[in-house]
Amino acid sequence: MQVPAQVEYERATSVAHALALLTRYGPEARILAGGHSLIPMMKLRLAQPETLIDINGLSELSYVTVAEGTLRIGALTRHAQLLDSAVAGGHFAILHDAEKVIADPIVRNWGTIGGSLCQADPSEDLSAAFAALKATMVICHPGGTRTVPAREFFTGPYETVVAPAELLTEIRIPVRAGGGSAYEKVGRRVGDWPVGAAGAALWLAGDTVSDAGIGLTAVGAKHFAAAEAEEFLCGAPASEESFARAGEIAAEHCTPSSDQRGPAEYKQHLAKELTVRALRRALHRARAGDA
Amino acid sequence: MQITVSVNGDAYTQEVEPRLLLIHFLRDELRLTGSHWGCDTSNCGACVVWLDETPVKSCTVLAAMVDGHRVRTVEGLESGGRLDPVQEGFARCHGLQCGFCTPGMMLTARWLLDHNPDPSADEIREALSGQVCRCTGYENIVRSVLWAAKNDIAERPSGGDLDATAEADSGVRQ
Repeated sequence: MQVPAQVEYERATSVAHALALLTRYGPEARILAGGHSLIPMMKLRLAQPETLIDINGLSELSYVTVAEGTLRIGALTRHAQLLDSAVAGGHFAILHDAEKVIADPIVRNWGTIGGSLCQADPSEDLSAAFAALKATMVICHPGGTRTVPAREFFTGPYETVVAPAELLTEIRIPVRAGGGSAYEKVGRRVGDWPVGAAGAALWLAGDTVSDAGIGLTAVGAKHFAAAEAEEFLCGAPASEESFARAGEIAAEHCTPSSDQRGPAEYKQHLAKELTVRALRRALHRARAGDA
Repeated sequence: MQITVSVNGDAYTQEVEPRLLLIHFLRDELRLTGSHWGCDTSNCGACVVWLDETPVKSCTVLAAMVDGHRVRTVEGLESGGRLDPVQEGFARCHGLQCGFCTPGMMLTARWLLDHNPDPSADEIREALSGQVCRCTGYENIVRSVLWAAKNDIAERPSGGDLDATAEADSGVRQ
């Protein structure tokens, strides 16, 4: 029987109230959203917060909208909502590709986007998707808000830049025409964490790549991204040869660890192959106008 | 702390520890033992209940989180002594063997049919993919949900679409 340790519980009634509670209870308080990462960690006593601050009542943090050329995803948005969002999928197919393979439909009903990101699991799918899309995280603190690029959000396994008295409130992705995106994952079984996964976003100028984003997860990629492969692709022809080379570069810069999901060499192979597949599908979508 | 929860339409006000999981609240405090406590790791789905209108895994939700909300468990599927078509489908199509996964399976199936009244066998499998039947009785579970879909449709005032139900039948893998 797995039971969390004793804990105090507070319910936030607004973002300002959540921040005030975080300030009052200090670094041993944790935000409780869907709880689908935190509660299992608490059962295993890997997390032992003194106080939980429940933000499930903050419906103002639950939305997926496009305004002023930016897709905005509220941190309390459930995975199922993002998967159901025609706006999100219409602009960035990678988001629906990734959501379809995150956990299972019932877990997706309650787990949140912000919770997944703040858990900062080194195998998190959305971390790679948002790295590929060069998203920006909006973090609220008692003095106002600050924004952090997705690639600077994670400081290590299970660690983010979100400070004890801060709250992740929104993810922003710039919407640009002429692009396509895709996510490719290999797992041991349906709904599992990835053995390896890659996301790609491409923008074209004719047959040339004008901009590229590549995200990688579970394969020991710095900042969940393949910056060197992106650099190689920008200005290169949008071709199989370019993609193959980009896959090699991406894999060269990964340092995966061998674990129960697979040996390091296999994960490196996945980094290469899945980068190529994601780029290929992103290109197909960009040409078809499918985003 | 004190919570007030509506479970299957009945309001309960109870004193709970903040760390109490919803599944234990339902089973141990309210004695509603229809919801099963399985893997404890949000993998198996035996503990699925509805939180407001959404199926969730109640081993990974705190009782404190449902204060002021509605919960629906397997005990709330029948109404007025009449089984829900999903329950009847499971009975008729042998959708259970040991029965441990059944409450969760039926609650997700009910949710699916409320949102997609005429699902294909593949859509049923996808909807139930977060739930495990250790007897591996999946074929009959899918058949049970298809039976329920057909009989949900038959019960609707506008009448059933015979072509659609015939198609649903042919979707069953033998």
